[in-house]
Amino acid sequence: MPVSAELATFSDRLFVAAAGIYALAMIFHAVEFSAARAKVPVLVGAGAPDGAPEEGPVRSRPERFGRMAVAVTVLGAALQLASIATRGIAAERWPLGNMYEFISAISVAAVGTWLVVLRRSPAARSAGPFVLFPVLVLMALAGSVLYVPAGPVVPPLRSYWMSIHVSTICISSGLLVVAGVASLLFLLRRSGRLDGLAEKLPEADALDRLAYRITIVAFPLFTFAIITGAIWAEAAWGRFWGWDPKETVAFVSWVIYAAYLHARATAGWRTGRAAWVNVAGFATIVFNLFFINMVVAGLHSYAGVG
Amino acid sequence: MPASTETPAPPRPDPGPRTPHPRLSGVWAVLRNGWRGLTSMRTALVLLFLLALAALPGALLPQRSLNQQLVDKYFTDYPWLAPTLDRLGFFDVFAAPWFAAIYLLLMISLIGCVLPRTVEHAAALRAEPVVTPRNLARMPHHASATLDVGIDEAEERVRSRLRGWRRAERADGTGRTVSAEKGYLREAGNLLFHLSLIGLLLGFAAGKLFGYEGQVIVMSGGGQFCNTGILGYDTFRAGLRVDGTDLSPFCVRLDDFHADFQPNGQAESFRGTLSYQSAEDVEAGVDRWSTHQLEVNHPLRVDGNRVYLLGHGYAPRFTVTWPDGQQRTGEIQWRPVDQATMLSQGATKFEPPGVTDEEKRRTSQLAITGLFAPTSSGGDIVTSVFPALLAPEVAVDVMRGDLGLDDGRGQSIFQVDQGMIDSGALARVARANLVPGQSLTLDDGTVVRFDGVQDWAYLQVSYDPGQEAVLVFAVLLLGGLGLSLTIRRRRFWARLTPVDDGARTVVELGGLARTDRAGYGEEFDRLRADLLDAPNAAQEEI
Repeated sequence: MPVSAELATFSDRLFVAAAGIYALAMIFHAVEFSAARAKVPVLVGAGAPDGAPEEGPVRSRPERFGRMAVAVTVLGAALQLASIATRGIAAERWPLGNMYEFISAISVAAVGTWLVVLRRSPAARSAGPFVLFPVLVLMALAGSVLYVPAGPVVPPLRSYWMSIHVSTICISSGLLVVAGVASLLFLLRRSGRLDGLAEKLPEADALDRLAYRITIVAFPLFTFAIITGAIWAEAAWGRFWGWDPKETVAFVSWVIYAAYLHARATAGWRTGRAAWVNVAGFATIVFNLFFINMVVAGLHSYAGVG
Repeated sequence: MPASTETPAPPRPDPGPRTPHPRLSGVWAVLRNGWRGLTSMRTALVLLFLLALAALPGALLPQRSLNQQLVDKYFTDYPWLAPTLDRLGFFDVFAAPWFAAIYLLLMISLIGCVLPRTVEHAAALRAEPVVTPRNLARMPHHASATLDVGIDEAEERVRSRLRGWRRAERADGTGRTVSAEKGYLREAGNLLFHLSLIGLLLGFAAGKLFGYEGQVIVMSGGGQFCNTGILGYDTFRAGLRVDGTDLSPFCVRLDDFHADFQPNGQAESFRGTLSYQSAEDVEAGVDRWSTHQLEVNHPLRVDGNRVYLLGHGYAPRFTVTWPDGQQRTGEIQWRPVDQATMLSQGATKFEPPGVTDEEKRRTSQLAITGLFAPTSSGGDIVTSVFPALLAPEVAVDVMRGDLGLDDGRGQSIFQVDQGMIDSGALARVARANLVPGQSLTLDDGTVVRFDGVQDWAYLQVSYDPGQEAVLVFAVLLLGGLGLSLTIRRRRFWARLTPVDDGARTVVELGGLARTDRAGYGEEFDRLRADLLDAPNAAQEEI
């Protein structure tokens, strides 16, 4: 399969540019965050309409930084999408064939989720630095130790199921990253520790609701991704489910997220404990991405590392 | 279940006339409380966590079902730990009794929770929406206005706006009320999701009971395999109720095999041209063959069985010519020891033809062992530099003596018995590097010629009678999940009270979301606007 070297290089540069821009956005967020005084709860309370802090045309300097952060994030996401697209064109295949590529996709899915969240409730912006931080960590790993040049993939990955299965896994993982961060921030906010930091975050209620809303979108998508994985496995490996390490940990994640949804409906579990469950689910997703791909040998070892 | 008796203070059973015997009532209480405990949400949560926790060792420890060699390696690496783990079933987590106990308890808990809820939901579907509360102002969503229309017209307006809602209209003092409820599909989806899980598990179980999986190596260039019994396979994993007598006896023949590689040695494609004969034709004696391009991701599906291409390798062909002129040709698969370069290792074994004397036969068996390189590096020490068949070469030792084939023990087809070499019964008589067409001559005049190379394919035949059911239930499960997470259950009430001798009507509205998802507010606002705002505004303008 021919690989257009120039386009592949261009894609790599776009990736680096996107990462740089996210870093800039994170700095802007951090400026706003550190300059902001603790919010008056009423403005971001559960009952307040979204975008409540409408202070007329004159905006405070921190707020301008916050808005710049969001604008810049949009640009970064656009560049990263372009990076993924050009890589796909360069390699003439669906650009989700190795660890570098799917971490890039998960990152952009997380950023996209975050932008949708911001559009619907701008008050969540103060969580910005904490959402972009894991994204940057992911991208730093992908761009350095996990990087592989654009190239064709092994025959088992040549299936249209790959585009369906891996894409939905990446999107749901990206969603769950944001949900996990929201639950972590919720726990931090509620614990009352790190007071100066915590009280600038969005309201605990809002964070909890955010985590839940994202999870109920991500969970069916994740279920769909597992089902399409099983359909593909039936055609590629001779069985739809075989407890391959990756499958097993995906099962564990699924069960934990199912537990999260049940916890939300159980007295005494609704908020604090449910959030811990969500964090545990997030941990299994990360564990599945890194540990299972890189340490445990299995059928899913296509990561292109090692 | 012992744990359930520990659940804190469930309501004591009423020692009424129905259970006169105190001891019996105690047993009944324990049973009932146990059942309640097992089917409670809290227990379901704990079981879910246990299930997640119990599955983890399945990913972290080597599993027999996936890779026996890794399990063996674990035994050598951790000799003090492995036997204990093994006794506890940690190398077969998904077949372990404790794993089964967790998911079976979870299923029972699920059934105990879902069946009563199904009955309740069926009743709720037939029941009328609840009576309008006396004070609608107390509802989370509330509005009221006075419309310049009579009560009949106002009611008609409410009725037509609430099309699609389940409604009940009741008289209420001098006026009327409309109660409406929507979103019944949420609970239906929830129930569908849980019931599908049970179906999915049953489908899975059917596969484990009645399914099987067998692997076999078939030579390219016309090698045949018929699914007539377990013995035809190199390895076979039978379901619990499969004894191998009732396999569907289709046949496959590998006419051709082709592997493509990129310049860096990465595999580009594997393609096998497969001919196959359906079981029906085989049984009827009809010699009709169809063809199928067998590829990774593109299995052959025949008679409910699937045939997969799992791997490939090379089989060097040797011809041995004994001094008396007799010839034998051997072609057996050699095992790839390096997947990147397909350097392979094996042993092709020969019996001397026409030797009837047992003693003599056992001193003159031959084995050609060594390494095969599809693209040889050249030089004295043969190694492979590329996986495709570009410059094949073998580096072989010819062994003569007793191969130990008669002692009744199974023997690897890839090696000679090291014990026979150690005991001196088998000895090396020649060593050479050969390219196709080259030969070597042994001390007794026997000529060993390396003729060429044949591809072989590693095929898997799978049969799983439960997998269609699993797919159907998985799709239902997903549909149920989608319904239960997107649909909101909500109630809406309108109270219509005539005023001004029936010329005008006071309309009071109330709304209540029955699920914790926010978002009913917007819908309520739309309902309010449609029912109250427009006519009022119109009235005021006139």
